[in-house]
Amino acid sequence: MRFLKNERFLNFFMYLFLGIIIAMPIIIIAGLFYKSESVLHANSLSDLLFSTEWKPFQGKFGFYSYIYSSVLVTMLALLISVPICLLAAIYLTQYAKSVYLKVIQPVIDILAGIPSIIFGVWGILVIVPLISKYLAPFFGIETAGYSILAGAIVLSVMIIPFILNILLEIFKSISKELPQASIALGATKWQTIKYVVLRKAFPGIISSIVFGLSRAFGETIAVLMVVGNVAQIPSNIFQPGYPLPALIANNYGEMLSIPNYDSALMFAALILLVIVLFFNLAARMLISRYETKL
Amino acid sequence: MRKKLLALEEHFFKLLMQLSIALIVLVLSLIVFSIFYRGLPALTWEMISQTPKGGYYFGKEGGVLNAIVGSLYLALGATLLALIMGLPVAMLMNIHLRKFKRLVNSIRFLLDLLWGIPSIVYGAFGFSVMIVLGVKTSLLAGIITVALFILPIMIRAIDEVLKNVPVGLLEASMSLGSNKSQTSFMVYIRQCSSAIVTAIMISFGRAIGDAASVLFTTGYTDSIPTSLTQPTATLPLSIFFQLSSPIREVQNRAYASAAILTFIILFISVLARVLSNKYNKNKIS
Repeated sequence: MRFLKNERFLNFFMYLFLGIIIAMPIIIIAGLFYKSESVLHANSLSDLLFSTEWKPFQGKFGFYSYIYSSVLVTMLALLISVPICLLAAIYLTQYAKSVYLKVIQPVIDILAGIPSIIFGVWGILVIVPLISKYLAPFFGIETAGYSILAGAIVLSVMIIPFILNILLEIFKSISKELPQASIALGATKWQTIKYVVLRKAFPGIISSIVFGLSRAFGETIAVLMVVGNVAQIPSNIFQPGYPLPALIANNYGEMLSIPNYDSALMFAALILLVIVLFFNLAARMLISRYETKL
Repeated sequence: MRKKLLALEEHFFKLLMQLSIALIVLVLSLIVFSIFYRGLPALTWEMISQTPKGGYYFGKEGGVLNAIVGSLYLALGATLLALIMGLPVAMLMNIHLRKFKRLVNSIRFLLDLLWGIPSIVYGAFGFSVMIVLGVKTSLLAGIITVALFILPIMIRAIDEVLKNVPVGLLEASMSLGSNKSQTSFMVYIRQCSSAIVTAIMISFGRAIGDAASVLFTTGYTDSIPTSLTQPTATLPLSIFFQLSSPIREVQNRAYASAAILTFIILFISVLARVLSNKYNKNKIS
């Protein structure tokens, strides 16, 4: 390994790669902003964000129904997966023997590794028929099954490993002394969990939810496959929607002939990026402040 | 009375907790089961060993070998590129910049942020860069895009182990007269070999399974690529395209392709576990 003796050569590459990584988010944001400038010139920002009018041929790009779908699907997904993750994390760290966690951990890891296209196929195979045949008729609604709800269910399964892993870390990192003191004072196990452990873990729980949110918001293929892709403001969750990532994925590549269309889609990517970065930043801040306190 | 109510509440929630764990395990088994249940009957040797012939997407003969090979090329290339870029950075953070705690922590923070960026953003950005440069969709463009996408997780997975290596090892190595590069790539690398294997496996799994970032950058073709500048088919996209066909025969093949992809992913995650246990031996802690 003689080349290792010459440090300059290696150092150059080390700092170069580090530089690339540091520059990456700046370049992406700047690039997206530069590309979306022409659509920002032609339309006002409030029109872009709050209008439902989507007529690329007339140069009208209103993202409201797409943003609305994205938010709705994400919120529903969180509503399903957060309670499940919270309950599972409490049980695994507070009640169960440690062997139990060792068995569950591979399950979580495998779930985290499954590609989103597989979740999409599973959604089409299982969730969509489930909704159209059983769930929707139960509420007296007729639907093909490709709906906001289908997207939310698939998404909720996809973000379970992310939220659960963070929650497990957080519950594990809580010091044992406080709960022990609570038990010593005569509180039951359940009271201790409710009033001591959960309170202590609260900021961590919030940040895990925010993480799940930013994961869910950018998910593309799996949601695209089951959500129906109809641009509208859905009146109930059994109707199809059209989230932002699906819009980009479906229309990119064929947009070059229409003026400003590619610019509009880049603006969609920019919205996506800014929202995800914002939530990620907030969650990281919460966690790091929380860690220094412990 | 109050005590009884509390005990009842605890029992109720304990039941809910057990139910939610059962649900998670059940959902995973259901996913794997339903994919294999629909996919395996349609899976033939022809599917794995042949590229699509004329009229394949109308139910005529052929297979998805182009997508399998394309996906492997893409994932291997991207993982290799990410490793070449990621390993030095992880070393740099933990050896050269060891004294600058705040700087290293900010880099970690940045990497975590980057990891949160959705792959579709990478794909869309990569595509617009390609338009500006006048490059067509190709294997190389896909490899670069996916490598940048998996780079943060690669670095963080290695870094997570390196940051816990006792500082005494660095001091011992330096006092024996080796420089920082030698310390990195001859001493520290043994400490993180299991982490590197895990990082490679995670990144490979991500790279082979991601569809949104290759959608615009790698393109799609029916033949196996012979050079880096050719467009390349990938398994996720092949599943996606076949599934959107109205012909039942083709849809079944999509399920078969999904079974192939699931099998690859499961294989990787088992392999990662075995390998990381094996390489854990030469670690001091």
